[in-house]
Amino acid sequence: MAERSFAAEVQQLRAEPGTVFRGEGILAVTKALLESGVGYVAGYQGSPISHLMDVLSDAQPILKELGVHFEPSASEATAAATLSASVMYPIRGAVTWKSTVGTNVASDALSNLASGGVTGGALIIIGEDYGEGSSIMQERSHAFAMKSQMWLLDPRPNLTSITQAVHTGFALSEASRTPVMLQMRVRSCHVHGSFVTQENKRPAFTLKEALESPVRDTSRIVLPPAAYLHEHEKILDRWPAAVRYIEEHQLNEFFDGDIDDLGIIMLGGMYNNTLRALMAHGMADLFGNSRLPLYVMNVAYPVIESEVLRFCEGKKAVLVIEEGQPEYHEQTLHTIVGRAGVRTTIHGKDMLTMAGEYTVTELKKGLAAFLDRYRPSALAQAKPLAWVRKPESASAVPAAAPVAKAPSTQIAVTSPQAAVAAAAPLRLAAPELNGIVPPRPPGFCVGCPERPIFSAMTLVQEQLGQHHIAGDIGCHLFAAMPPFHIGASTMGYGLGASSAAALNVDASKRSIAIMGDGGFWHNGLTSGIGNAVFNKADGVIVIVDNNYSAATGGQDILSSRADNTHRSTYHAIETAVRGVGVEWVRTVRHTYDVTTMRNTLNEALTTNYKGPKVVIAQSECSLNKQRRVKPQIAAAVKRGERVVKEKFGVDAAVCSGDHACIRLSGCPSLTLKNSGDPLKPDPVAHVDDGCVACGHCGEVADAAVLCPSFYRTEWVRNPSRWERTVDTWRRKAVGWLQQRQQRALQARSLYVEVL
Amino acid sequence: MSSTRTLGGSAQRPITIAVLAMGGQGGGVLVDWIVDLAEHNGYLAQSTSVPGVAQRTGATIYYIELFALSHLSAHANGQTRQPVLALMPVPGEVDIVICSELMEAGRAMQRGLVTPDRTTLITSTHRDFATLEKVVPGNGIADHHAVLSAAQKHSQRFIQADMQSLAKSSGSVISAVLFGALSGANELPFTPTAYEETVQRAGVGVQASLKAFAAGAKVVAQALAAAPLVDAADPMATAPQPLPQRAASAAVEPLRLRIETQFPPHAHAMLGAGLQRVMEYQDIAYGTEYLDRMQAVYSADQNAGGAARGFAATAECARWLAVAMSYDDVIRVADLKTRPARFARVREEIGAPAGEIVGTVEFFHPRLEEIYGLLPPKLVRTIDGIGWVRKLLTLAIGDGKRIRPHTLRGQLMLQAMAGLRRWRRHSLRHATETEHIQAWMDKVVATLPVDYALAVEMIVCRRLVKGYSDTHARGSSKFDQLMRAATLLALQSDAAEQLRGLRTAALQDAKGDALRAKWVQLGLPA
Repeated sequence: MAERSFAAEVQQLRAEPGTVFRGEGILAVTKALLESGVGYVAGYQGSPISHLMDVLSDAQPILKELGVHFEPSASEATAAATLSASVMYPIRGAVTWKSTVGTNVASDALSNLASGGVTGGALIIIGEDYGEGSSIMQERSHAFAMKSQMWLLDPRPNLTSITQAVHTGFALSEASRTPVMLQMRVRSCHVHGSFVTQENKRPAFTLKEALESPVRDTSRIVLPPAAYLHEHEKILDRWPAAVRYIEEHQLNEFFDGDIDDLGIIMLGGMYNNTLRALMAHGMADLFGNSRLPLYVMNVAYPVIESEVLRFCEGKKAVLVIEEGQPEYHEQTLHTIVGRAGVRTTIHGKDMLTMAGEYTVTELKKGLAAFLDRYRPSALAQAKPLAWVRKPESASAVPAAAPVAKAPSTQIAVTSPQAAVAAAAPLRLAAPELNGIVPPRPPGFCVGCPERPIFSAMTLVQEQLGQHHIAGDIGCHLFAAMPPFHIGASTMGYGLGASSAAALNVDASKRSIAIMGDGGFWHNGLTSGIGNAVFNKADGVIVIVDNNYSAATGGQDILSSRADNTHRSTYHAIETAVRGVGVEWVRTVRHTYDVTTMRNTLNEALTTNYKGPKVVIAQSECSLNKQRRVKPQIAAAVKRGERVVKEKFGVDAAVCSGDHACIRLSGCPSLTLKNSGDPLKPDPVAHVDDGCVACGHCGEVADAAVLCPSFYRTEWVRNPSRWERTVDTWRRKAVGWLQQRQQRALQARSLYVEVL
Repeated sequence: MSSTRTLGGSAQRPITIAVLAMGGQGGGVLVDWIVDLAEHNGYLAQSTSVPGVAQRTGATIYYIELFALSHLSAHANGQTRQPVLALMPVPGEVDIVICSELMEAGRAMQRGLVTPDRTTLITSTHRDFATLEKVVPGNGIADHHAVLSAAQKHSQRFIQADMQSLAKSSGSVISAVLFGALSGANELPFTPTAYEETVQRAGVGVQASLKAFAAGAKVVAQALAAAPLVDAADPMATAPQPLPQRAASAAVEPLRLRIETQFPPHAHAMLGAGLQRVMEYQDIAYGTEYLDRMQAVYSADQNAGGAARGFAATAECARWLAVAMSYDDVIRVADLKTRPARFARVREEIGAPAGEIVGTVEFFHPRLEEIYGLLPPKLVRTIDGIGWVRKLLTLAIGDGKRIRPHTLRGQLMLQAMAGLRRWRRHSLRHATETEHIQAWMDKVVATLPVDYALAVEMIVCRRLVKGYSDTHARGSSKFDQLMRAATLLALQSDAAEQLRGLRTAALQDAKGDALRAKWVQLGLPA
């Protein structure tokens, strides 16, 4: 069960044609897929397109009505290979994943798909996770489009353009027999806007027909000599076909402007923010009327030579706005203009930063540089770049223009603290707050079952010394942040164990590798576990088994211990691990038991057994569990059933204010408050209302022999009559004892009130 | 500052709103409400966000642009011209910034989203401490005064209140209070009824949400009548209550009188708190002991010309000597866990009415050292050599104890432990602590006439010693190190300042990295 339910929103997918559809970008894309007569959809979840998978999952009844097959793929490679159904059959297929990580995984299948070409439209919707908030390395998917010769759409970021791109994407794919990538930037995926719907269409040719009357054609299989012919076909047939389609259907857009000896060429995805930057310089209005002519490339690849030359005609200079590096478009434009002997100067990364997201502020700077060079008079009339400040502070504050940060300073980061600092945005305004506002990196949720694993690991390292710990992609990667500072590398999803592969020599310490259940099923079972067995690795592999692909939004996976009407679940990781030959396996079924967790890790690190040691740390993701359990408990209390409600607490009077518990736990619910004691100026630990009583803080204080200030409160709702009787009796007896003690206390007290 | 500026946007530009919220605070819900409100009241709305991994406890920035449909005009070809809306807040171009926590307001200012010519900043002033603030062994909490005064400076209009507690008292979530505050701010061209209809349309927890909404709307009016914005007191410090006119117990009255007559007035309150602590901890005689020690410090203070310095040494010592004398041990913990006031506090914490069955489970895990600490020194010396006794004791402690003080058995157990108070003076721990305290006091008294400021710093260094087991050992060793530094620094003119620097460093991290660095920086011998 995914973290977010779209059960209500997907009803909009049934909207009558001509309706104004209001919603999020990903929901709009789903609607457009149905309008395009798509036959099958697959993909792998990951921000920013996780919700697209969740929408599809929640839309299964509607998909079924329309005869659309949907499956969450085992990996992006699986999803890409799924598109092979469109190679021989005239079926439209769409797949989706997070890019560039997913595209990396899928690239083998994509290369083969692109080589042989397709018959039915094949659309790859990629969530381009680039810029602020990205959770991966910063690269561009563009390179994949170029190397495999697939077309890349980058529509303007409004729902009308995006949904239109889905329609034209399929048509372009079919017209040029080439798979098409549709790029959705982070903010476009989450943009709320509107568009006018069309009618949903059933696929013209179905998967059933394909299965029942199979077709094959050796010339479409990537085998010599066909593979060699594909290379020529791509350039001689498919490329011109694509160019023709793009030109004829005017997928790219031209906008006139009165300063016609200059111009701006931009990717569609950059359009809105560029317009806003032009507005700031007084060069455009809110409705897209620009004084500078614009050429908007909604097709990022291929670049249409004739259109570029048409745009550059009579222009002294153009500015190319293309985010990220290398500057593929700029280079291509130089080639096109140079070959044609056109004397237009192409600017781009000389005026805009080479690396990093093109924020409106960044675009304003680039446009200012361009205008300053070619039309300073136009710039002079425009609004100032800097925002208005109060006069008295104007002199004290440096110019508003931000200072570009050299990438090398970010690479040189070594400590996690420095990483946190580097992750913080550039501090430009309000310099008086530098060093005051603390960074807030993401971390484990309240009640997260992974936190105790890392508390245990911290305690083990206190006993056995620091170890090499290989991290992986998943929530568990948050262990790299304070307070744990655990994990030395992250090489890719499911590659935790394999990234410790080389560290397999005789030594006094063993390596530890971490892997999540999501990564395990994605590829870790073979790339990590199988590899460790085959190569007789002696390290320890910790598999975090929390029932779901938690980091991507809690989707079900093979080992989910949850009923799912559409999928087969309950396949234990332990069985799989033993199946590939691991002999030493320990499953900890309650990770909150820090002592057991610590002892198990200790055993794995010190046992005489030679060979891979796998520890499966198994407890349900707290987010999912709370969403499942909370309503059940509330209902049970309402029905009058006996329920014990638990919460943890800290005695302010007993707490030492040293915060060792916080350093070992890091639970968001474990926070600080005033000690209420004039003798204790340091704040004390405090458990806030967010506590879900997972017990980790108490366990950790206990396992680490920290202090006795933790307690668990138990509130018995709807107790039995017997319990009530016992309670009344208890209260009397305990109350009498307490009064006695209280009198003794009062006899040696200065104040009337003794707490 | 106008209270009724209403933004309508214009034909030239949209209304721009940024929302900064932390994971789980319902920032997304608030944004959906604003979008729904606008769309139902004649506006185009576009919202975006960059959640990424920030969905897990990190901070998310949402951005909304609103544009009046009435400003849309038709092209020559009859088509309506649609506005091109930006996907991210632009520094200097944000009309309203809404923050669900105070430091997020700070972050908004750092990003330049809050500008004095334009921005209305609505923020909750409550704190959700960041991990980096919490892990500090001392007080690592960010300075909220700095953020509040920056907010006043950078915003055109500043609306602030503890919206988290308003949400709690309304039985709802902070997003509803913030939505109310947005309504109350009257910046958007929508009526309060339109806001309420939006909440009703959402259809989830409507009654509680509306209550929270109303509380939020009211806050704005109150904030405008504005009480002083920045509260000068440190929110993490508690002032001692004044020395009472009479002691609650007649037996204590002579001690109270002694404070009143023999000590400088501004130290009375802290001396009262200190006296109460040590008497609660042990007995009245222990209180006398405390005052005797204080007397010694006070006369040394007087002789060292303390009058000119407001008897700073005496005032500081009143606190830290009491803390030192009431060192944390099993006896004190057991005593605190049995207090009736604590039972009431626990109930209040979970919101359980008086009649309900509520109990607690206490986590005790003493080490062998703690058990030894309770025994007389001679006995410890004898049995520690005997292997099987050690083993037996270790076995008896086991993996710790879970005690339930609301049961008769648990209460008796704890009261019996607390009753060991009578033997405390004869214990090994008491001997060790007393010796430690005496050595510290002697040093302080000896330093007072030589370097008054250094002596005060030496007193405050006691802040490092706290807690149980490892924590206590770690703190004590740092304290001893600082006492050594005090001796080494003794003849330098800025010794006090340097010792303060070392103490601050010692409280920065648990492992003592900062202290080591500072130690090296000062060129002190290893």
